[in-house]
Amino acid sequence: MFALLDISISVINLIVPAFIRTDRLNALVLLVVFSAIVIYFIRRATRGDKLYIRPLAGLQAVEEAVGRATEMGKPVLFIPGTGDIDEIQTIAGLSILGLVSHVTARYDTPLRVPVLYPMPMAAAQEVVRESYIDEGKADRVTPEMVQYIAGESFSYSARVGGMMRREKPAANIFMGSFRAESLLIAEVGQSTGAIQISGTAEPEQLPFFIAACDYTLIGEELYAASAYLSKEPKMMGSLKGQDLFKVLLLAVLVLGVLAVTFNIYPDFVTELFTAN
Amino acid sequence: MKTRIPVAVAFLSGFLMIVAFFGSGEWLSMLTNEALRYMTIVAGFSLLLGVVSITQVSWGVVRKRGEDWPYKIILLIALAAMTGFGVLQGITGGTVFEWLFDKIQKPMMATMFSVLAFYIASAAYRAFRARTVEASILLVTAIIVMIGRVPMGQYIYEDLPSVANWIMMFPNVAVQRGIIIGAALGAASMSLRIILGIERTYMGRG
Repeated sequence: MFALLDISISVINLIVPAFIRTDRLNALVLLVVFSAIVIYFIRRATRGDKLYIRPLAGLQAVEEAVGRATEMGKPVLFIPGTGDIDEIQTIAGLSILGLVSHVTARYDTPLRVPVLYPMPMAAAQEVVRESYIDEGKADRVTPEMVQYIAGESFSYSARVGGMMRREKPAANIFMGSFRAESLLIAEVGQSTGAIQISGTAEPEQLPFFIAACDYTLIGEELYAASAYLSKEPKMMGSLKGQDLFKVLLLAVLVLGVLAVTFNIYPDFVTELFTAN
Repeated sequence: MKTRIPVAVAFLSGFLMIVAFFGSGEWLSMLTNEALRYMTIVAGFSLLLGVVSITQVSWGVVRKRGEDWPYKIILLIALAAMTGFGVLQGITGGTVFEWLFDKIQKPMMATMFSVLAFYIASAAYRAFRARTVEASILLVTAIIVMIGRVPMGQYIYEDLPSVANWIMMFPNVAVQRGIIIGAALGAASMSLRIILGIERTYMGRG
C-alpha cells in the first residue's frame, strides 16, 4: 500500500503543473479536505439541521457582565488584543466586539475600547458605529469610545491600567492576541473588582489570564466565540466541521506515531507531516 | 453595497494569499509583494488616524477641563515634541528625538516592565492557593520547576533539575501543542468563514 502511495507521489510530481509548490502538497490536501468538511457542515446547518455546540462558560458570562455593568452604571472595557490587524486573533476580537457593542448599545451601557495600533482602531470604530446604528443609537457613538492609545505595549498598559483605576469599569473583556502586557492589564483589572473575561490563542499568556480573570477562552474557543454568540447557523456549521476535522487529524496523528514507532515507512510518514 | 465590497475585498485578498502560499512563479511573488506593499501604505495612513484620535480625545478633555486634564496637556506636548523633533532633525544618533527616547521613554517602559514582577507574584499567590486538588497539583509542580531551575535545587536533590526539565519538556509541551493545534484549526476555520463572507461580525454586522 505504501509502495503504491510512493508511486502516486512520483506520478503527481511529474504531472502537477510547474506553478504548484509540490513541497506544500500535503498542506494543500489538508486544506482541501478541511474546507470540504467545513462547507459540508455549513450547508447542513443552512438546510436547518440542528447542530449541538457545547456551552462555553466564558461566553455565557459576556451578556451577564454587560448586564452587571448596566446595573452599576459603569462602563464595559473591551480590548481586542494588542496585535495588529494582520493577526487573525485581532479579527476574532473585533468580531466579539461587534456582538458586545450591540449589547452595550441596547442597554445604553458606556463602552471603552482602548486600542494599541491604528488599523485595529479604525476597524473597531467601524464595528462599534455599525452596531450602534443597528440598534438605532447612532447618536450615542463618541470619539472616546474607541481610542488609539500608543503604538508601544508598555505605554499602552500604563494608560489602560490608569483607565481601569479611574473609571472602574464593571466588566473587562480581553479578546485577541496578547503579549507581555497581558498580566499588567489583567492584574490591575482584578484589583478593581471588575468581572473579567479573557480569550487568547497565545499559550504563553493563558496562565496569566487564568490566574487573573474570572473566565478564560482557551485557544480555539476564541475563534468559536463569534459563531457561538451570534447563533448564526452557517457559522455554527463551520464549528462542527472544524471539530470533525480535529477528530480526523487526531486519528491520522495516532496512526503516524504508530507507524514511526513500529518503523513502518518512517521517512515517508515523517515527510507526510513535514511543513515547508 | 456597504457589505458586498468589503466581503469581495476580503475574498480576493484571502484567495490571493492562499494561491501565493501554494503556488510558485515570479508573477505570483510580484503580485503578493504588491499586495503587501499596499498594506504597508494603508498602515502608514492609518497611523495618521491614530494621531487624530489621540489628539481629538485629549484636546476634548482639556477643553472641558475633564478629569486629569493637566496630564492630557503633557501628553499633547510630548506628542508634538516627539513629532516635531523627529520631522525637523530626524531620529538617528545625536538628535533630540533620540535623547528624549533614550532618557525618558525607555526608562518609563523599563519601569512598566519591571512592575510585571510584582504582578506575577500576586497572580501566582492566587493561582497557587491549594484550595482544590488541581490547584494543589499546580502548586507542587510549580515548586518543583522553580526550585529545579535554581542552583539551590541541585543542592537539595541532585536530580531535581532533570525532573523540572522533564515537566517542562513533556507534559508542558504536550498541553501547549494541544492548544496550538486547536487554535490553528480555529484560525483556519475562521479564515474560511471570512473568505466565504459568512463571518461579517468584524465589520459590525451580525
